[in-house]
Amino acid sequence: MSHSNAYIVGFAAAVCVVCSIFVAGSAVALKDRQEANKVLDRQKNVLAVAGHLPEPATAQAVQTSFSQYIRPKVVDLETGAYVEDADVATFDQRERRDDPATSKAAPSGNPAKVQRLPDQGLVYQVVDGEQVEMLILPVEGKGLWSTLYGFLALAPDGTTIKGLTFYEHAETPGLGGEVDNPRWKALWVGRKALDDKGEPAIEVIKGAAGPAAEDPHRVDGLSGATLTARGVTHLMKFWLGDDGWGPYLDRVRGGGA
Amino acid sequence: MVKRDSKILLDPIFENNPIGVQVLGICSALAVTTKLETALVMSVALTAVTAFSNVSVSLIRNQIPPSIRIIVQLTIIASLVIVTDQILRAFVFDVAKQLSVFVGLIITNCIVMGRAEGFAMQNPPKESFIDGLGNGAGYSVVLLGVAAVRELFGSGSLFGFTLLTPVTQGGWYTPNGLMLLAPGAFFIIAMGIWALRTWKPHLVEAE
Repeated sequence: MSHSNAYIVGFAAAVCVVCSIFVAGSAVALKDRQEANKVLDRQKNVLAVAGHLPEPATAQAVQTSFSQYIRPKVVDLETGAYVEDADVATFDQRERRDDPATSKAAPSGNPAKVQRLPDQGLVYQVVDGEQVEMLILPVEGKGLWSTLYGFLALAPDGTTIKGLTFYEHAETPGLGGEVDNPRWKALWVGRKALDDKGEPAIEVIKGAAGPAAEDPHRVDGLSGATLTARGVTHLMKFWLGDDGWGPYLDRVRGGGA
Repeated sequence: MVKRDSKILLDPIFENNPIGVQVLGICSALAVTTKLETALVMSVALTAVTAFSNVSVSLIRNQIPPSIRIIVQLTIIASLVIVTDQILRAFVFDVAKQLSVFVGLIITNCIVMGRAEGFAMQNPPKESFIDGLGNGAGYSVVLLGVAAVRELFGSGSLFGFTLLTPVTQGGWYTPNGLMLLAPGAFFIIAMGIWALRTWKPHLVEAE
């Protein structure tokens, strides 16, 4: 069976057209659902670190709790001031980070291996009525295999850690993946992220640290996950430092934010 | 006819298992089998892609110019994989997040392409569909088996439900770290192939 060249080209074109219509159609049809899932996923993670995740976490319950307890705020990373006229509903920090117009290159050779920094970031205040109970700051940095994306919850003093959770990573399950272990995450609560001079001080050590009251700047290591733990230390130091949320935290401590 | 259909469906599960006998699709069998949940979704996704790519290729098998048949098959498979990925992201977002790139990598899974070229090009759509399901099932059996062993001994749980409480959560079981790393899956698959060949000695190649 031999075909003319025209037939072959025509056949290839027809296959391409049919396949593109099929792919484009499904992408368009499912886009709304996917976007909703992404937003819901982020809201769930924020609520989880704030300790307000409803049970069961249905879409409806998550949205209700989110609007009740969480107040998103856009912060200018350099000055640390709130950007009041920003549209928080559509603000996407990761999109801004990747857009050259709204980001800059991170200091080269930073140990957290952060490549780009957005000019503005999205933080969340956890509120009970008008009272601010907690601040939630997004953090990210390289572990062993993957970039860890997480939320750090701080008390209103801007120093005491209330929780840390990583919502996206691809570390080895059972080793580096133990950053998800609730027992390990509980070790962070009550420790101090910054020292008395306001410099980032928290670190993950090898072996076991003391109780939070006596050993406030150190957290137990994860056995078999030295590199992931080191990555967590680096990313904490980076985001608590001057290039990350440092200016904002200075304002929070000064009562000016 | 019915007998032939059931042979097409059941043969790939043990007699001609794509992983155990043909040793295809090993890459994803290593990557997504640390947990049963991801393995299950991956199995369903691969089965669906194989079945539908077989049907599509079979429907146009007499029109495809032989000189471009491979690239035509690949275009069809790639489209189906993208659509599968979109569906997973829309309906099982959490699992889709964990599977990340591996759904996309179904395109390169030798089983899908192997069945399109080896079966669907010569057979009518119905048989091709059944063949796709059968091969998907054969892949799934191995994947779920490996994932069950790895999750149980590596994390002490099945489907995320803790059976052997690991020491990190205050229990007695020290998880076997090897099971969580890719080489662990190699050992399990190798032992599976050994067991299969012991059970069905005619699968062993003549020396």
